[in-house]
Amino acid sequence: MTLTLAATEGRRAPAEDLTGIPLAIRGLTVSYGEKPAVFSIDATFRPGAMTAIIGPNGAGKSTLLKAALGIVRPLSGQITCYGRPLARQRGRIAYVPQRASVDWDFPTRVIDVVMMGLYRQLGLLGRVRARHFETARACLDRVGMADFATRQIGQLSGGQQQRVFLARALAQGADLYLLDEPFAGVDAATEKAIIAVLKELKSQGRTVVAVHHDLATVPDYFDRVFLINTTRIAEGTVAEAFTEANLQAAYGGRLATAQMGAAV
Amino acid sequence: MSGAEFVPLSLPPLLIGVFAAIACALPGNFLLLRRQALIGDAISHVVLPGIVLAFLVTGTVSAWPMMLGAGFAAVLAVVLIEAIRRVGRIEPGAAMGVVFTAMFAAGVLLLEQSDTSSVHLDVQHALYGNLESLIWLDGLGWASLLDRQALRGLPPELPRIALTLVFVGAFTALMWRPLKISTFDEGFARTMGLPTGAIGLALVVVAAIAAVAAFDAVGSIIVIAMFICPPAAARMMTDRLEAQIGWSVGFATLSAVLGYVLAGYGPLWLGYADSISAAGMIATVSGGLLALAAVFGPCRNRAGAPAEG
Repeated sequence: MTLTLAATEGRRAPAEDLTGIPLAIRGLTVSYGEKPAVFSIDATFRPGAMTAIIGPNGAGKSTLLKAALGIVRPLSGQITCYGRPLARQRGRIAYVPQRASVDWDFPTRVIDVVMMGLYRQLGLLGRVRARHFETARACLDRVGMADFATRQIGQLSGGQQQRVFLARALAQGADLYLLDEPFAGVDAATEKAIIAVLKELKSQGRTVVAVHHDLATVPDYFDRVFLINTTRIAEGTVAEAFTEANLQAAYGGRLATAQMGAAV
Repeated sequence: MSGAEFVPLSLPPLLIGVFAAIACALPGNFLLLRRQALIGDAISHVVLPGIVLAFLVTGTVSAWPMMLGAGFAAVLAVVLIEAIRRVGRIEPGAAMGVVFTAMFAAGVLLLEQSDTSSVHLDVQHALYGNLESLIWLDGLGWASLLDRQALRGLPPELPRIALTLVFVGAFTALMWRPLKISTFDEGFARTMGLPTGAIGLALVVVAAIAAVAAFDAVGSIIVIAMFICPPAAARMMTDRLEAQIGWSVGFATLSAVLGYVLAGYGPLWLGYADSISAAGMIATVSGGLLALAAVFGPCRNRAGAPAEG
């Protein structure tokens, strides 16, 4: 009962103008079972910003992202992309899933995975032309994977696989990039390559939102943060919101003082 | 062998065998990659009660009511498997196992209780089919293939399975990209706006159609084997899905032809008088091909495969 009440209260008046906002989430509640994974979340991801979604394990970071993309169905809430419903803005959103979410034994080569980013553009039966291959190759080149185009994807290291996923998202040619733990379990070279690409996207005025788990790198990599622990803890620029008090509120006792010292 | 003997006696069963094998192997590729390969096994078992029920309702063994009954049973099974998986929260393999065993057993009981002694409907027939009996008495030689009158006498299973193959092939070609991407990365497919649930259901329904049509012609042994063996063998020959489909079609064809020939002539070569079940031999050959691919296939050492030792 209290659950429904609070969820309704969290919703804003619909008159808000969100046309210029790449991703706006209002009153989002998602539940896999009895307990909500994210509860009554409001979030506004600003254009041209790089935002880190941070919070402890099980705080609903990935769920928030998946609900924003329409992968999981929310119990309640509204999601708009540049002021319009998600379903009508698919072409403006690119997604980099968690590496562990797919079977890397799948019979496909690196270049084929990147081509999947062009499927919307190609449609059901559109012919794959030379320019499509050039686009895919150029995207691989941007993440430093051009030499691996014809490798089977299972032969790559974790970091290389992550870069292939990023190349696929680049091929989508979107305005908004949503990444789920892009730096999880990758080597230092990959981390550098990925952050370079993301900063390049930002410099082109595109919007980047990433679920992130390494607090130490937040100030270097991102300019905004969104702190979550089932509910929204804080949202704002790194200077405003990435504070010890907010981190303590998000992580509770689980955040070791040493880790926090390194981060803040 | 002369055309006068080959065309009426061997050509129709051979073609039916090849078409059935390919029609099952095509969706089998995707089912295998989705770790749903057993669904072919499930479907080919659950059609038995559907066929017996259709016989009890209509009192005849004509093809269309039986195929409708089989189709109905297949869809019911798919729904039951999904329901058990979601409500009972158990893994899909177990849900399938429960449903297909229970439904097959119900079919056997129904068959035993009903008076089917007057017609050719028994468990053995359901399992092995009767490929050798699908002969074309009007086919007097190669020239008959151009003779309209003679073509009318073809066993009706042949045009049915040919039509099914065309349908399955068209589905695979048309839905290639959605099938591929939703099989590889379901979440990503959904962000592109693809209805991944509906695509998965469509794949299972198409597999069910292929299974029912093939079951009607060749029995469930071939259906089970062809859903799994050619795609699994093909996976070890290549690292590209497009090529895997090609290999699986090749393996399915080879199994059907080689199995049919070995069943018909193998025992004679060994000095025995009778030939043996073509369906059984085709399934055995496909298993043999899988074993060969598992030992010699160039792409069998995969990164994610369980490490030895």
